[in-house]
Amino acid sequence: MLGSRYARVALFLAAVVAVQLLAHAAEKPFFLTQLTMAAYYTLVAAGLSLLMGYAGQISLGHAAFFAIGGYASGYLTTVDLTARREGPLVAVLARLHVLVPHADLYGGEALSFHPWAAFAVAVVLTLAVAWLIGVPVLKLKGHYLAMATLGFGTIVYSILLASESLGAADGLGSVPPFPLLPGISVGGGRAARVANYYVAWGLVALALLVLSSLVESRVGRALRAIHGAEDAAASMGVDVARYKLKTFVLSAVLAAVGGSFLTHFNAGIGPAEAGVMKSVRYVAIVAVGGMGSLWGTVATSAVLTFLSLRGYFGTLDDAVFGAVLIAVMLFSPDGVLRFDPRGALRTARDRLRGSGVAG
Amino acid sequence: MSLLEVSGLSKRFGGLHAVKDVSFRVEKGTIKAIIGPNGAGKTTLFNLVSGVIPPDSGAVLLRGEEVNGCPPHRIAAMGVSRTFQQIRLFAQMTALENVMVGVHPRSRAGFLAGMFHLPWTWREERDIERRAREALELVGAADLAGADATSLSYGQQRSVELARAVAAEPELLLLDEPAAGLNMRETSELAKLIKRIRERGTTVLIVEHDMGLVMNVSDEVAVLSYGEKIADATPRAVQKDPEVIRVYLGDDAC
Amino acid sequence: MQLELVLQYLVAGLTYGTIYAVVGVGFNIIYNTTGIINFAQGEFVMLGGMTAVTLHRFVPLPLAIAGAVAVTMAAGALVEATCIRWLEKPSVLRMIIITIGVSILIRELALVSWGESVRALPYFTGNEVSSLTLGGVHVSPQVLWSLATCVLIVVFLWFFFQHTSLGRQMRACAANRDAAALCGIATKNLVTLSFVLSAGIGALAGCVVSPITYTAYNIGTGLAIKGFTVAILGGLGSSMGAVGAGFLVGVLEAFSVSLMPAAYKDAISVAVLLAILFLRPSGLFGSGAAARLKTA
Repeated sequence: MLGSRYARVALFLAAVVAVQLLAHAAEKPFFLTQLTMAAYYTLVAAGLSLLMGYAGQISLGHAAFFAIGGYASGYLTTVDLTARREGPLVAVLARLHVLVPHADLYGGEALSFHPWAAFAVAVVLTLAVAWLIGVPVLKLKGHYLAMATLGFGTIVYSILLASESLGAADGLGSVPPFPLLPGISVGGGRAARVANYYVAWGLVALALLVLSSLVESRVGRALRAIHGAEDAAASMGVDVARYKLKTFVLSAVLAAVGGSFLTHFNAGIGPAEAGVMKSVRYVAIVAVGGMGSLWGTVATSAVLTFLSLRGYFGTLDDAVFGAVLIAVMLFSPDGVLRFDPRGALRTARDRLRGSGVAG
Repeated sequence: MSLLEVSGLSKRFGGLHAVKDVSFRVEKGTIKAIIGPNGAGKTTLFNLVSGVIPPDSGAVLLRGEEVNGCPPHRIAAMGVSRTFQQIRLFAQMTALENVMVGVHPRSRAGFLAGMFHLPWTWREERDIERRAREALELVGAADLAGADATSLSYGQQRSVELARAVAAEPELLLLDEPAAGLNMRETSELAKLIKRIRERGTTVLIVEHDMGLVMNVSDEVAVLSYGEKIADATPRAVQKDPEVIRVYLGDDAC
Repeated sequence: MQLELVLQYLVAGLTYGTIYAVVGVGFNIIYNTTGIINFAQGEFVMLGGMTAVTLHRFVPLPLAIAGAVAVTMAAGALVEATCIRWLEKPSVLRMIIITIGVSILIRELALVSWGESVRALPYFTGNEVSSLTLGGVHVSPQVLWSLATCVLIVVFLWFFFQHTSLGRQMRACAANRDAAALCGIATKNLVTLSFVLSAGIGALAGCVVSPITYTAYNIGTGLAIKGFTVAILGGLGSSMGAVGAGFLVGVLEAFSVSLMPAAYKDAISVAVLLAILFLRPSGLFGSGAAARLKTA
């Protein structure tokens, strides 16, 4: 078990390197930009895969968590606190280097949060929101849970859209790069493209390692038990509500991390990131990848998101996700990787014959 | 002090008084059976004791401590384990993994420990697996460890479910019709197994239709009829109780 | 606030309430026969309005509306035949995802065929500025058309379910699908019928309110959430409850505009939804039955 997990991550990293070399060899280095963005969306899908596949809970509001993470990072690193420089709290934060001076859009100096500080706030904020939302929402099941999470997503979307301080319909811009390690920043334009690509997919690899460890642990077993037979799991001492909540929060935090990093990478974020359609896309990716199959989800997310970002689907972009969603759920509800064409054919034939008799 | 004491327990479902003012005790180290015709309220009683549903009135005391109103997972954590009348194994998990979930109350690795695969959890995982394999061995299903649990035969699934329930070495084991669907040979093996589980220090409360099994293994038998307790004595005394005979005659005396 | 203004808000709320009520009733029809919440319910309303606008370019208004209702009913039948009919006891999660997929597909097809522009049918009688004065309040005749249509739909459904053989079969199907099938009722066809019915009433409502509320390719999701809110608030499965709840939510929204920025209007109904789900899942008017279904 242990060996196979590390072997898989190694294989995954090898694929990441191979794709970069291919893009280089094919003289299409600009592909790396979309691939980097795809990686951050993949973080959301990976977390959602855990929630849907293991805890058996649907969320139609995960784009909201992505947006909360992104907006928190974007807002805090661009807000200018120079005017309040003399205030005690601002002064203390500035001395602690939580607030750092930087050049603003017009060449003047602005005082904003350091990206690391902003990132920490983004994560903590998302954790708090997910926890507060999760406690009541996860008591619901099925349609009710789907509608409640969808509702949560639309609230976040309409708040972002209506908030002037968050840029309303335009969103936030001029978000500075995130100096992750000395010499490595998230963002920073074309020159840093290759480095950014590796940072992003390295982060995905890390997430995969952590999530697959979790899946194979005592907690992962309990989650699968909840999915299998909730009442029996409870009778075995599994605190079902708590496990669901923690999985929900974990997946929300992963989404926020993706949102925060992508906002730095793109130097901005808009309200569309919180839209219902985005949430549905994440669900679609998880459904295609096979619920509970982390690796399938990651592969699907990389391919579908990349194609979508490159504009291969044209104006039918959203329609493609809708069609894929229907097709997978109709013919292969366990995901494309587990599609059994002969079985599907057989059931289709039986159904046709069955309805013929009934009709 | 009794291990389990139920006093004045009542539960209504709409107009149906499923359990009516039922009291009994289960002493540590004994095997107690609850019998009664279909619809007598046996399974409801079980669900009340294990916390699946809250009682309308009355109390469930575990080692003298009131536990009614506690959710099932808390009661499980206090050392009460159970099986289900309709087998409730976890799908898409092997028999071993199913039984490993049973060790949940006796292990503690949480989300962070699992995510970062902390060294102390390795030892715990080994311990969980050892306990699970022992439990499978105990029920004679060691060779089923790697099989997909829900693809097993009915009798095998019963065994795995029993292993899952005893894997955490509970203080009190609740068995909900464990002999349902078993043939005579399997039932007599089950009787031996229940006695062996008791020898390991687990107290057993059993709801059962099969009179042979009940009379064979139990130290005490309580009889329910229409939600009320009508007798509570040794198997021999219960068999002679005229009220019990009246209730049972022609009913379910198989 | 002046009394007159209050009454104006009330009228506006009732107009929006009509459409929420009809979407809620549409949810109920399908839910009762199948146990499915059709997330594409709002798209039926959009499809009705948009098709009618297009048809009205060629034919008179009544014909355009009839045509739009027919087209949407056909779409409802198509959805059921392709995505629902042949699934054998699908899981709830699967049905949620499929109907969401359907809603996206319809929406995107609408975007491709009609573009992003906002459209509306002309006022049925009079125009934007004409109004009747009822008790000192100026009411657009279109509001009366909307309310009348809503009443008509409810009366029709009541008659259909209580007094026709088909309606009674559908109620039997709702009560116990397996038993209904054993009695020789062709449950599969009733499921198709429930989709056709709820598509039809959605389309009709979409036509009638479009002069006031306008319609565009992307109104479906918002309507679905509000319609669901209404269905839950009224007690899942109860048509009268849905109508009452629809007006309530509509009025609540209308008044919220006077208190906070209009952009938060949508948040109101969602907040109502979440509050009900957490506090009283059986709805304001419902019994405990829906609460039990919640965990089913």
